[in-house]
Amino acid sequence: MNKLFLGCIAWLLACTAQAQFRVEVSGTGLTQFPIAIAAFKGNEGMTQRIAAIVQADLERSGQFRSVEGNTAGLDENTRPDLASLRKQGADALLTGSVSRVGDDRYEVRFRLWDTVRSQDLGGQSHSVGAAEMRRVAHKIADTVYEKLTGEKGVFATRIAYVTKSAAVYNLWVADADGEGAQSALRSTEPIISPSWAPNGNQLAYVSFESRKPVVYVHDVDSGKRRLVANFKGSNSAPSWSPDGKTLALTLSRDGGSQIYLMDAVQPGAEARRLAASSGIDTEPTFSPDGQTVYFVSDRGGSPQIYKVPVSGGTPERVTFGGSYNISPAVSPDGRSLAYISRVAGAFKLHVMDLASGQAQAITDTSADENPSFAPNSRMIIYATQQHGREALMTSTLDGRVKARLAGQSGDLREPDWGPMGK
Amino acid sequence: MNKWILMALVATLAACSTPVKLDEASVEDKSAQGSGATMKALTPATTGAAASNAGSVASLDASATAKSAVGAERIVYFDFDSFAIRPEFQGIIESNARTLKANKAAKISIEGHTDERGGREYNLALGQKRAEAVRKALGLLGVSEAQMEAVSFGKEKPAVAGNSEAAMEKNRRAEISVR
Repeated sequence: MNKLFLGCIAWLLACTAQAQFRVEVSGTGLTQFPIAIAAFKGNEGMTQRIAAIVQADLERSGQFRSVEGNTAGLDENTRPDLASLRKQGADALLTGSVSRVGDDRYEVRFRLWDTVRSQDLGGQSHSVGAAEMRRVAHKIADTVYEKLTGEKGVFATRIAYVTKSAAVYNLWVADADGEGAQSALRSTEPIISPSWAPNGNQLAYVSFESRKPVVYVHDVDSGKRRLVANFKGSNSAPSWSPDGKTLALTLSRDGGSQIYLMDAVQPGAEARRLAASSGIDTEPTFSPDGQTVYFVSDRGGSPQIYKVPVSGGTPERVTFGGSYNISPAVSPDGRSLAYISRVAGAFKLHVMDLASGQAQAITDTSADENPSFAPNSRMIIYATQQHGREALMTSTLDGRVKARLAGQSGDLREPDWGPMGK
Repeated sequence: MNKWILMALVATLAACSTPVKLDEASVEDKSAQGSGATMKALTPATTGAAASNAGSVASLDASATAKSAVGAERIVYFDFDSFAIRPEFQGIIESNARTLKANKAAKISIEGHTDERGGREYNLALGQKRAEAVRKALGLLGVSEAQMEAVSFGKEKPAVAGNSEAAMEKNRRAEISVR
């Protein structure tokens, strides 16, 4: 009777996992790599399905399309009929297996095949506990992605985000697909603007727990945190320099929201003003070479995005379309700027090519917030509203492939994508 | 049976005699603190009274400081995208200034808020402008800077849930609260 009950729960969880994930592809003529992914032999009846997780990761990247093929019964040792799979439309095949090798110890093996050149592209073996099954699936997806695109995958990275559920706020650290979330902070007052340190170990964020906004730097593993900004007035919008040594943030201590730089490591650090205006300067964010800070200012009469050298100087305006441009994020490869622009009353995610200045709206939602680039610059995570709920989405930079993230229940907001390799 | 009728009557009378005002300092939103059962005992009569004022159930801010307001009124409302203090709120500024000048040990926090449209950090800055406008106005009337701190909650703590015009009007505000 118990076995039946547990079986039903597992089935239900598996179904829920599938139902939460849906990739929306818009437009035609996308260049997507077709790949067939065989169910991993020995993985049946387990909660975490390696093939399904890899498929979801690759599809969400927008660069892969999953192909159904004759993959039944294959594992990493079988020599597959590559020509037949090629005919079925797959340019690559992933096979693998999961074997139990001890008490809560599993060996996960895989092999990747090129069906076009009839080549074995290699394989790997991972020894893991049951709790690490999702993580190993993400690592396999990264390996496949890198082998076939030449670029680094981001599937084993982490994200941070905030939920609001009734009167409780949580700051979550989760896998890049939104699963496996763990609460870093729980509060009855709002938490906003989480920002990963480049080392992937710390999060800066704004907390209202003392009835005013203050900035903490929080060590994710230990849970220890340091109050870094509690100047008179409001303290917010923390953003790390790429070398992890400096925090840019918004302080109102001198009257009005202005941007300051402070040493990220020294406790009780002094804050140096970076730019000056008589209005609002906020939302600082560093360029990937650490030399420039992009920020929002209404010095021209309406909120627009500007940039200024880290050493100070005259800010230069970056956005010129429309009367409300906020929340800048620069891609790690330095080529693109994501931001939110108000267009006819709707708040819409835009991506600008920094070389040409050309920008386009990439969503059809109207309450977009807080874009953050994946560390390989190929995807953006952002918050929006769908069907009356706040949700997190990922999108390719051209907006053609989007996915809604799984995650905690309640309203999901304030995402930040963590760095590579953590 | 009679006991229930009596209780319902008492509840109805109590609700009718104290209509819920949005800037009523003494009312707390108990549901936000998780003790929803207390509110439930008073429905539907209380909800009815609130509905006739606001058209929807107002969820009030659960600040502990709401209990001890400085002066009779403590909230200044603002127009969309504006931090200018409208003439009708000058009286609130003046009465709070009088109280603070008479009691130099009193400290207040001026909390600026916005409606829910737009980004969180930019709205934090807008709310800050509203709080500072009130701070400046109080300062011009002679209140010492040491007694005041202007902070912002941006769009994080609306007084009224929802995105109707009526709700947003009540969220664009600066609140004076005792620290």
